[in-house]
Amino acid sequence: MTARTVRLYEIANARSGDKGNRLNIALVCRDPAHYSAVARHVTAERVAAVFAGRKPSRVVRYDLPKLAAFNFVLDDVLEGGVNASLGLDGHGKSLSYLLLDIPVQIASQPTVATCDSHVNR
Amino acid sequence: MASKVFIGAGAGFACDRTDAAGPVADTLASLPGARFLIFETLAERTLAQSQLDRRRDAARGYNPALERFVGPVLARCLRDGIKIIGNFGAANPSAAAARIQAMAHAQGLRAPRIGVVDGDDLTALLSPAELAARETGGAVLRNATEIIAANLYLGAEPIAQALDQGADIVVTGRVADSALALGPLIHAFGWKLDDWGRLAAGTLAGHLLECGSQITGGYFADPPFKTVSGMADLGYPIAEIDPDGGMVITKPAATGGRVDRFTVIEQLLYEIHDPSAYLAPDVVLDITDVTVEEVAPDRVRVTGARGKPAPETLKATVCVDGGVLGEAEISYAGPNAAARARLAAQTIGERMNRRAPGLVFRVDAVGVVSVLGDAGGALARPWASDPGDVRLRFAAQSKIAAEVELLLDEVEALYCAGPAGGAGVRKRLTPRLASASCLIERKYALPRVTLTGGSP
Repeated sequence: MTARTVRLYEIANARSGDKGNRLNIALVCRDPAHYSAVARHVTAERVAAVFAGRKPSRVVRYDLPKLAAFNFVLDDVLEGGVNASLGLDGHGKSLSYLLLDIPVQIASQPTVATCDSHVNR
Repeated sequence: MASKVFIGAGAGFACDRTDAAGPVADTLASLPGARFLIFETLAERTLAQSQLDRRRDAARGYNPALERFVGPVLARCLRDGIKIIGNFGAANPSAAAARIQAMAHAQGLRAPRIGVVDGDDLTALLSPAELAARETGGAVLRNATEIIAANLYLGAEPIAQALDQGADIVVTGRVADSALALGPLIHAFGWKLDDWGRLAAGTLAGHLLECGSQITGGYFADPPFKTVSGMADLGYPIAEIDPDGGMVITKPAATGGRVDRFTVIEQLLYEIHDPSAYLAPDVVLDITDVTVEEVAPDRVRVTGARGKPAPETLKATVCVDGGVLGEAEISYAGPNAAARARLAAQTIGERMNRRAPGLVFRVDAVGVVSVLGDAGGALARPWASDPGDVRLRFAAQSKIAAEVELLLDEVEALYCAGPAGGAGVRKRLTPRLASASCLIERKYALPRVTLTGGSP
């Protein structure tokens, strides 16, 4: 099977949360079939490199295979957090989109472009 | 003992939509059994702000939006027996209770029985140095001499006690957000305080509800990949919980938004660190085995929460004076806007270096590099293109307000003394509170429950 490269946002959802100077980003595969490819490409090291400008002191990835999801925890990347940052986004709410910009290689078969509910409406 | 408990969320943060609770209350009113409406309105910093309000006026210090949140649903909830639980008491829960009594009176309603939960304030129990010794993950409190606010995250037990004593409404200060849901569940199901599995399930219910619409299509839409219909009328969530802790998340009929595995999983992991150990005051929640299953349109079944014994210490948020934050903005537009904006930033750099060399300030170019930040030096590198419409933003923070004001004045001076076409200066000075997290021994947790108003 040939592989093709997509940006993560084409196949996955993400959400940022903050506590103090710590950021977490939940990454959810829209199609569980992509879970292993995402696990292979979007490592803690890769994410640390993407966020290098913010000098994370630690990046941990937690795997949630039952949910086809990952939780990334990045320490000390919020310029002190919402009560200390001079930036516009002290919460880091926009930062999930930095993660979603990562290119990943997936098997070249049709992907789920949207994430509609599995239950018929 | 209840056979099912229904908990709706009326607000997920201090500045949330104030008309969201109406459809939730209406739906709860149509359901049989034990029903609760929760309001989560306290962020890390909100409570310290409320503490400052209380210092200025002893009758204030609760969430300023209290009336806008509770007013529209008070009559319906009292009439139909829907209990309201909210942390909108902030720094002054008893004043919030008095305000609700006054609202009930003004609306011609019976006097509600209100349970006031406090005892979260640590300022009388621990000195600044003792708090500093308990700070984790930072050194905000090092050398602090005055604490503005220090509040423990209390658990669900006092909320359950207030409901046991017949409260129609429970007003709290700082409690764990999830306790707003766990308290009613302990009360309605008679769950034991060492039944870690059920306490974990109740904490999970609270975690899923506590941000309101973030589980029903808020903080989610990204068309065409992630579509949400009816964003202007998002339905806020309702959890239907079984005695064993299994639950279905749904939302009122005829509202906007969506509840499916994607919205639920994003919220499940929101602000979670280690998924096997989410620390709450009453239990350690493990979500690694949680299953999320769509059972009908806008109905998602969530099961599999596991619990471990409650942590030995409790989290507290401690706030100290952080000086002032100053922000000033100026725009450059049209041909060569980028070059003029760069020259303006460089000019401010030179002026400030001379006039307040110690002051660290940040420059953003809105439209070029701002939200994702200039930490990597992107602003200094050549811009990929000239957007022809650049808004420069300067920001600094200091305990010395005059230094920060100097920066704002220098930006305004660019009108005449800066590059051509500098436009639309806005300046803002905001008092700042610095916040720290501490881990506190349980012996300092002394929750108090006081019932006021009508008889049970």
